[in-house]
Formats: sequence, C-alpha cells, structure tokens
Amino acid sequence: MKARVHVMLKTGVLDPQGEAVRHALGALGFDGVEAVRQGKVIELDLAETDRAAAEVAVKAMCEKLLANTVIERYEVELV
Amino acid sequence: MKAAVITFPGSNCDRDLAVAFEAAGAEVTRVWHKDAALPEGVDIVGIPGGFSFGDYLRCGAIAARSPIASAVINHAERGGYVLGVCNGFQVLVETGLLPGVLMRNAGLKFICKPVALEVATTDSAFTSGYQKGQHAVIPVAHHDGNYQADAETLAMLDAEDRVAFRYVDNPNGSQNAIAGILSANRRVLGMMPHPERAVSAEHGGTDGQALFAGVMGALALT
Repeated sequence: MKARVHVMLKTGVLDPQGEAVRHALGALGFDGVEAVRQGKVIELDLAETDRAAAEVAVKAMCEKLLANTVIERYEVELV
Repeated sequence: MKAAVITFPGSNCDRDLAVAFEAAGAEVTRVWHKDAALPEGVDIVGIPGGFSFGDYLRCGAIAARSPIASAVINHAERGGYVLGVCNGFQVLVETGLLPGVLMRNAGLKFICKPVALEVATTDSAFTSGYQKGQHAVIPVAHHDGNYQADAETLAMLDAEDRVAFRYVDNPNGSQNAIAGILSANRRVLGMMPHPERAVSAEHGGTDGQALFAGVMGALALT
C-alpha cells in the first residue's frame, strides 16, 4: 500500500518562501495571486496491507518525524 | 569538566566547539551520532553547528531522532548541561528539550556575519560570565535562524527569564529578537550565533570566551 503525506505550515505561521514565490509570480505577470503557501509531499511505500493499520502507523510517523506539529499540520492519504 | 561533542554526518563546527571547550580547560571526548551512550561522567554535551543530514526534511529533524539524541535527552533530563549552537539549537528544538522552532530567515538569505547580542539574563552557567545588558559580538552563519513560538511560549520565556541572548539588530526576523534560550532548569542553552567562533584574537573577537569560562566555573563548583 502507498501512503501520501501532505505537510503544510499551519494557518497563521509566516511562510517566507511562499511569500517569495508569490512575488516571483507577480513579477512574471500573474496577477491576482493573493497568497502562496509552500508545503511538502512525502510518498511512502508500505508493506502493510490493512488500511486502518496503515493509517495509524503513518499518523505515528507524522507525529514523531515527518511533521513538526509546532508549526505544521499534516494529512495522510492512502492510495 | 568533562565535555562531549557530537558529530553528525554534515556537522562542520564540531572541531571548533571541541577546541573552544578545550581552551576553557575541559576534557573533551568526540562522540559519533550512532553511539547509543555518552562517555561516563560527561558534564556537558556540545551539539555543534553544521548541516546535519543535509538539513533534509527539516533542519535538525533527523539528528534529533538519532541514537545519540536519546542519550542527550536522558542526560538533560537527569540535569546534565547541554549547549546547542546553530544547527545544534535546531536539533534541541526538534528533540523538544527547548520550545519553539527555527524557520527560514525572514529575508530568505543565508546570513554570515558578526552580530551584536544583548545578554538578556546572567542567571545561567552559560551567561554568568557576562554583565546583564552587555553587548557581545558573536558571529552568525545560518539560513534558518528565525525563532518562532506561540504567544504563550514567548510569554513563558520572558516570565521565567529564559531568553539568554537577543539580537541588538534583529537579522533574521526572530520573534522578540531571540538569539538563544534556556531550558526550565537553565542547564540547556540553544543559540544560533557561534560563541566557539569568537574565542581567540585570531577569530577577530573573544566575546564567546565568557560563555565557556562561565560553564567551566559553574561545573567546577558542582
């Protein structure tokens, strides 16, 4: 089973990189981009075949390593 | 005083930190990240600057889950001293030994220059050798030194007098101009500037000496 983890900065946390991308888009003439937030996608190949067990395991991975929950939120998608 | 300096793949200030401890009179052991234990009788652990594990995932994140990190956490929980500099500070916040996070500099640039720090408290071994409010010039060299924490944490750090150093002229967007913070028991210090790069006249400054001398003095008394 594959899992895809999306890690994004929490709302309200300053994202200077997203802000720089927004400026660059404006410079290229893409008007009307009001905000850009940059995050990460992490894909995992799992030996686990049980969806519920996989979800529990991946959430534990997120809490322990993949996301810093002080500033980031995560979503787990099983595919 | 017995010091242990850890080396992760990608650490690059480990030798400098060891030299600074030695210059202050410490007996230094170098420790590899795969070691599961610290040498017997270590008083202080130094976590050096650099780019541990290539800054992959998040700065300090992988180092904070390495075998030696568990030993450092146990050492700190037993009341041992820890000094984390630059990437070492990032590792300490990732372990949870210190609160908050270090994010990309507000100006997005890597900053490498000597900066003036204000000594915000003298109530710790690390800062006992300075005067409160004194300005110390210490080099910074980082891309991710922008200290961020929630309002509650910032208020707690102030209320408990746990901000060790503040930037006089904030270079990276850190909240409250925080350059270094202490743990609740005041024995763990994380700071972005590099005191080990300011301990001899050849470095261009010696304002970092008082930090190592202060730790040395405090540990000689225990």
